[in-house]
Amino acid sequence: MALMTVYVDGERHRALPGQTVAALLLATGRRSWRTTRLGGRPRGVFCGIGVCYDCLLVVNGLPDVRACLRELRDGDRVETLRGARLPTGGTETGIVRPAADEADEADEVA
Amino acid sequence: MSGPPPISSPPLVVVVGAGPAGSRAALSAARCGARVVLVDSEARVGGRYERQPAAVTDGVIASATHPLELAIASQPRIEHVARATVWALEPGPAPGRHLVHLQQGPADDRGRPPRTLTADALVLCTGAFDRVLPFPGWELPGVVTAGAARTLAEGQRTAVGARAVVSGTGPFLLPAALSLLDVGAHVLGVYEAGNPARWLRSPAAVLRDGGPGRLAELASYAAGLARGRVPYRTRHAVVAAHGRDHVEAVTVARLDAGWHPVPGSEQRLAPVDAVCVGYGFTPQLELPLAAGCAVRDGRVVVDGRQATTVPGVYAAGELTGIAGAQAAAAEGELAGLAAVADLAEHAWATAGGAAAGGAADRAAEGAGTGLAPPPPARVASAAARVRSGQRFGQALARAHPVPGGWRGWLREDTLVCRCEEVSYGELRDAVVARGADGMRALKLACRAGLGACQGRMCGRSTAELAAAFLGSPVADPYATDRRPLAQPIRLGDLAGPPDEPGDVPPDVTPDVTPDPPVSPDTR
Repeated sequence: MALMTVYVDGERHRALPGQTVAALLLATGRRSWRTTRLGGRPRGVFCGIGVCYDCLLVVNGLPDVRACLRELRDGDRVETLRGARLPTGGTETGIVRPAADEADEADEVA
Repeated sequence: MSGPPPISSPPLVVVVGAGPAGSRAALSAARCGARVVLVDSEARVGGRYERQPAAVTDGVIASATHPLELAIASQPRIEHVARATVWALEPGPAPGRHLVHLQQGPADDRGRPPRTLTADALVLCTGAFDRVLPFPGWELPGVVTAGAARTLAEGQRTAVGARAVVSGTGPFLLPAALSLLDVGAHVLGVYEAGNPARWLRSPAAVLRDGGPGRLAELASYAAGLARGRVPYRTRHAVVAAHGRDHVEAVTVARLDAGWHPVPGSEQRLAPVDAVCVGYGFTPQLELPLAAGCAVRDGRVVVDGRQATTVPGVYAAGELTGIAGAQAAAAEGELAGLAAVADLAEHAWATAGGAAAGGAADRAAEGAGTGLAPPPPARVASAAARVRSGQRFGQALARAHPVPGGWRGWLREDTLVCRCEEVSYGELRDAVVARGADGMRALKLACRAGLGACQGRMCGRSTAELAAAFLGSPVADPYATDRRPLAQPIRLGDLAGPPDEPGDVPPDVTPDVTPDPPVSPDTR
């Protein structure tokens, strides 16, 4: 099967079918891909099995996806997550809008 | 039980979790004629400990097909629902029956299709996750659970780091270290905080408690570490991790019997870019608690045939204690058999069969539901293996206690709750100065356990820390495990239209012909 093409913060990467987001990010040398809401401290994979919620990031615009569980699909766009970010678009549009500063931050990350 | 609506025919057994326990439960129930839906979060059955290590073949990361997968795939009465999450349980239309709400699709995606099953019997095999004790620096990227290191190595062929140390307690540290070696990491040492020498180094004891299979397994781990020239030190632990944006060094200390660091024994190890930690396991209790099952000492209470205190609900595997994959497999098999036996008994009783009684009559009544009551010899054999597993588990627990000296590893600013970034000092103030005397009170007073993981990571340690300040156990130790939503579900999905409760049976002919013999122990 052919390698897939995925994007991490806009950067193009090759990924293998069956590869999780966390495995790809570790393989590309990243140790962390999220900062905490309160202290702004870096976090990456911790439990590896979907229990700790430390490895959250954004996949195709949807925040709070567990990198350790999510398998990559061709064309996926992965973004690191800084602080808290609220979902926009899709079925969740309009529940809560991101505050202005968070929206700025989201742009910066994208 | 006055006049419950008749169960479906053949009855539906829902098994949650497709690890060593759940896959055996599904197989044994299906072989006795039940319809089985086997729900699991992973893409493939086997859980985390029973699949072939992955390899990159033809550009795909995947592992070879495990015999267990073949057995399940070739059993037409089992529907394997992969990549699915059970997010809620509800009492069903009659005592003993339950509604199982699940979602299926890519992890944490939006719009994962929902489905509700009406389970005539429910077998919970949700397993356990690594317990990690807090220590200074444990929140740094690069500090991971031993299970994470192993999952990434075996399932993804990815090393969490190039220079790793492994620390914690229990024999499960050894395969984690080996898996790291296997993907090319340098393992600087395995630090076993306990002193299991008397047990693990005594072949007679392991033989007595676990049998030759377990002895061989432990011996192969020891040989693997020796080949990789990995030092294995007992009564030592990583008591601090250091670094700015990720772990760069660790402090290893010698511990006394109570796990207090021996003054002056601290050694700094650097450079280190991965710390893999495991202090035993915490059973995943959400679903058993949601079903109302009794829990004692952090484990689901079951009888000699894996029935919980709630009719129609069975538990197997690490939910009932940690004894390894073989023991979990035996418990799963027994749970599946018990579920079918009870369903057949129930059908027989409601059909008014109480008057005349032979086993042949019961078998005939069972056939009316498509069930073949399990052969007593098979039940007895599974029960014997379960008892052996329990002996092993008890010996394991005795050999690897977690004494309270670890509390002395913490500093004022050490995080105890990773999600909400609550420090040890803040936790102490909440208990001592603000009178928080339970898990709920702690959440409100200092946010510990309130974050994304809902106390899964910090709950047990926080309860122990609070108990030490209080001088008595917290009032509600399982409060953080009671989660009305067992797994997160996106608000948009929760607000979506409800699906119809229904069984959605796989298209099978209910026959009771035994399957071609497939050994359940395909290890």
